Amino acid sequence: MTTTPAHIEYVTRLGDNALILGQRMSEWCGHAPVLEEDMALANMSLDLIGQARMLLTHAGKLEGKGRDEDQLAFLRTEMHYRNLTLCELPNVDFGRTMVRNFLFASLQVLLWERLLASSDTELAAIAAKSLKEARYHAQHAGDWVVRLGDGTAESHARTQAALDYLWPYTAEFFAANPTDEAIAAAGIGPAWSELEAAWEAVVVPVLNEATLTVPARTPFKSYGKFGRHSEHLGHLLSEMQYLQRTYPGAQW
Amino acid sequence: MLTETQAWDVLHAVPDPEIPVISVTELGIVREVHARDGGLHVVVTPTYSGCPATEVIAQSIRDALVAAGTAEVEVETRLAPAWTTAWITEPAKEKLRAYGIAPPSGDAAVGGAQPIRFVPRKLACPRCGSTDTTRLSQFGSTACKALYRCQSCLEPFEYFKPI
Repeated sequence: MTTTPAHIEYVTRLGDNALILGQRMSEWCGHAPVLEEDMALANMSLDLIGQARMLLTHAGKLEGKGRDEDQLAFLRTEMHYRNLTLCELPNVDFGRTMVRNFLFASLQVLLWERLLASSDTELAAIAAKSLKEARYHAQHAGDWVVRLGDGTAESHARTQAALDYLWPYTAEFFAANPTDEAIAAAGIGPAWSELEAAWEAVVVPVLNEATLTVPARTPFKSYGKFGRHSEHLGHLLSEMQYLQRTYPGAQW
Repeated sequence: MLTETQAWDVLHAVPDPEIPVISVTELGIVREVHARDGGLHVVVTPTYSGCPATEVIAQSIRDALVAAGTAEVEVETRLAPAWTTAWITEPAKEKLRAYGIAPPSGDAAVGGAQPIRFVPRKLACPRCGSTDTTRLSQFGSTACKALYRCQSCLEPFEYFKPI
């Protein structure tokens, strides 16, 4: 198959989602409320960073300019990142972390399921591995959303606040530009319009069970996947890329 | 210079770095071995995407085959078909149990984001055999394992999750 700019862009987006959320979630290492969750969050971060390595390696090969996973991860600036804004938002508290993981992992499960049939066979192979991991992530976060939302007055209030804050960022999941149209037309990935209803059908019942109120849609839209990020990504990158920028080409 | 059969014999003795009671072949991650151009070509598949042991495993395989007399070893990582706990051999599952890790059973996590509550399937304790066990955490010391506790003998144990 011929490589198109849309194809490279699409695989980069998937890799950046995994990398940035993996990096963000890893901030919990040593800080989670209980030891078991500390380990769970670190393990899920590792899964995501592993997925990011495969995806960015693939994106680099598609691009054909000799950039490997490390160059793509450590030597790009904010405007070259294509992750969803949701992935870069600060953790704030355990409730917001779990709600974010639940909203995102639920999307990933549906997306990887569809990418099993991608016309890009390498992407389909990555999807087959990632799907199994995403299912555990979605279950883990889904459990916690119910436990926290239908928990104490404090946990309910914090989880509802987290959902109210994060919900507007989920509109970006399904935003489409010419890249998305080209991807759907080439059979590389699904059309977002088709995924939106499927995602809500999975997410809303769990939120209801958690006794949370699903916010109404607002006109606000974030566009990290098109390269327009929040102020939080730069801070994240400055930490993640510190070593490679201080000692360019460092290896160990 | 090793034949393919001899190479498999060498690999049967290469332990998994995190669960050293089972070998990389029993874990089902060595998919193919080919004698090629005076050397060996070994195809390995990773367990989890982020498994930190992947590179150690490739190096252990290379070292073991070189020590056994092969000059050139190429280790190829192949993603498809994706590794599944169904590829862990039956004798290896018994070794896991004897080591204190409940082997994978039943189906992997399926479906979307339905909460599975806090009453997952009753697992048998690998130490005393009691099924009076509870899950403490879905993720244990590594991504591939969950943490359980036996209510009968009160020992904690790990469960190799089906994937």
